[in-house]
Amino acid sequence: MSLLGAGIIKGLVETARNFVGSYHDPERLTTVEYPEERLALPENARSFPMLIFDNDPVKGLRCVACKICEKECPPQCIYIVQDRDPRGKPLKFPRIFDIDLSVCMSCQICVEVCPFDAIKMNTEFELSTEDRFGGLILRREDLAKSNEYYLEIHPTEAAETDARLAAENAKAEAKSRAPAPATPAPPAALPKPPAAASPAPTT
Amino acid sequence: MKHDPGEPDLSALSTGDLVVEPPVTVPAPPPPPGPGYEVTPRPGGADAGDDSLLEVAIGPHHPSTHGVFRLNAVLDGERIVRFKPVFGYLHRNHEKLGEGGSYLGAMPYTDRLDYFCSLTNNWAYALAVERLAGLQVPDRAEYIRIITAELTRIQNHASLIGFLLQELGAMGTPLMYAFREREKILDLFESLTGARMMCNYMRFGGCRCDLPAGWLEQCRRVVDDLPGFYDEFENLLTTNEILMARTQGIGLLAKELAINAGITGPLLRASGVNYDLRKVDHYGLYDRLDFRVPLGAHGDVYDRYMVRILEMRESTKILQQALRDIPGGPVLDPKVKLRNFRPKAGEAYGRIESPKGELGFYLISDGSTNPYRYRIRPPSFINLTILEDMCRGLTLQDALVILGAVDIVMGEVDR
Repeated sequence: MSLLGAGIIKGLVETARNFVGSYHDPERLTTVEYPEERLALPENARSFPMLIFDNDPVKGLRCVACKICEKECPPQCIYIVQDRDPRGKPLKFPRIFDIDLSVCMSCQICVEVCPFDAIKMNTEFELSTEDRFGGLILRREDLAKSNEYYLEIHPTEAAETDARLAAENAKAEAKSRAPAPATPAPPAALPKPPAAASPAPTT
Repeated sequence: MKHDPGEPDLSALSTGDLVVEPPVTVPAPPPPPGPGYEVTPRPGGADAGDDSLLEVAIGPHHPSTHGVFRLNAVLDGERIVRFKPVFGYLHRNHEKLGEGGSYLGAMPYTDRLDYFCSLTNNWAYALAVERLAGLQVPDRAEYIRIITAELTRIQNHASLIGFLLQELGAMGTPLMYAFREREKILDLFESLTGARMMCNYMRFGGCRCDLPAGWLEQCRRVVDDLPGFYDEFENLLTTNEILMARTQGIGLLAKELAINAGITGPLLRASGVNYDLRKVDHYGLYDRLDFRVPLGAHGDVYDRYMVRILEMRESTKILQQALRDIPGGPVLDPKVKLRNFRPKAGEAYGRIESPKGELGFYLISDGSTNPYRYRIRPPSFINLTILEDMCRGLTLQDALVILGAVDIVMGEVDR
């Protein structure tokens, strides 16, 4: 039987060690003064989806309005209307592409199911707004982000995507230049869906 | 009394036109219609006519951080006579949502069950679907699952002990020490899965993505620092007289009752029952790893605290072995379809040892893209059912300590 209170004193020594340590040991200074100081986000960080475009923010959108993400989205936060030409023929372009951020739960399933690498996760997280209805619905124009931006926020993942797309485009081009086969080839603009959602091992 | 002749006789004065009217008789309103039933006093309840009992409703919002939850306590003086947990305030229709959406679509919702341990929830659901569809998981993915699950267990147990001490009145310090460590583990989760809590990482037949570059080294660093944290935590708490006085001999749970009530997890093992699904069920690759299952001897709150500390140490051992042995290779079976995933008709039950106990997913497939039946066995819900048995005869402040040691998360209790 030890002295009554010895355990409390032992605990207090531990807190004192932590307290004194916080003055000279940077390991023990765990608080980051957020708005002034910012931690770098990890490469895999995700907040909400965005639409990737190449070159032109409207014409270059990779989205073809296939509505797979709209169908697969678990909380149903995506709303897409396909564009039509004046004769009513559907075009491979979304006239409306809205994402309701108040519904979206950042699960990334839209990214995984997209066969065109058109929708990716953004990392922007300071999205507070005064308008609780309109301000939280992102339109096609707000969602469109350039591929360069994507390369900037997710360098590894974007480089892999670019390499895969380039390889597929080259293959499609080689096929179209070859003599036409008996059955019409699938349109060159449609790259094959990725084999799996897992990128190549990096470690 | 003799009348004083000097005083004027007031009774002789005129009352003017004041006429005393006869009292108006108003017909009494008809009695309100009765409720049509009779109130029978509940036996033992506060309204039983026994003035010495007091019924106290604690909650639905209680400051002791366990979410939207109500406790109906009937007190005799300070002693608890009846203690009834009331839940359902956080019901989100999880099971029905799972039946309505695709198999993949339910995965992000499982993160939100027990939001402290999203990765073990993911694993239990993935395991159920893999059993249903007969999928094989690559070894590397199994190791990643073990690593993330054990990290989850460590951060859950550490923050649970912090919350337990918060209920004991140690405001802040132990909880902040636990959160400091939890933060390092959440950073690992964020760099691996993209989110700190809602990870949504496991997929049927593996994991969503491979480990990013440098992750294993970072994880090894965190794991190597963990034993130092346990020592610090134990120095702070284990021999603390206040903790011992408040927890030893409190909330006793007999082995037989624990087994009969279906209790699982550290709560059961603190009562001395050697039942750990990692050993019993042989799921994952736990058979390849060497670890022991800590058991309690008394079944009181102190044992539950101690079992969790020891489990964290054992988890660290598992982590060190898994980080040493992790093989290369793919992390996802490439044949598994993400969309239009249709397991053949049948049923499956996948269960794992989550930090809180046995977490099971029961699925029935009718061959379509969404489960016909989707049912969860939530450990903290079932562990909560014997709260009254542990608390009866104790005081209210003991009851909150016992509640803290049960380890509940309302997201899982109410689903």
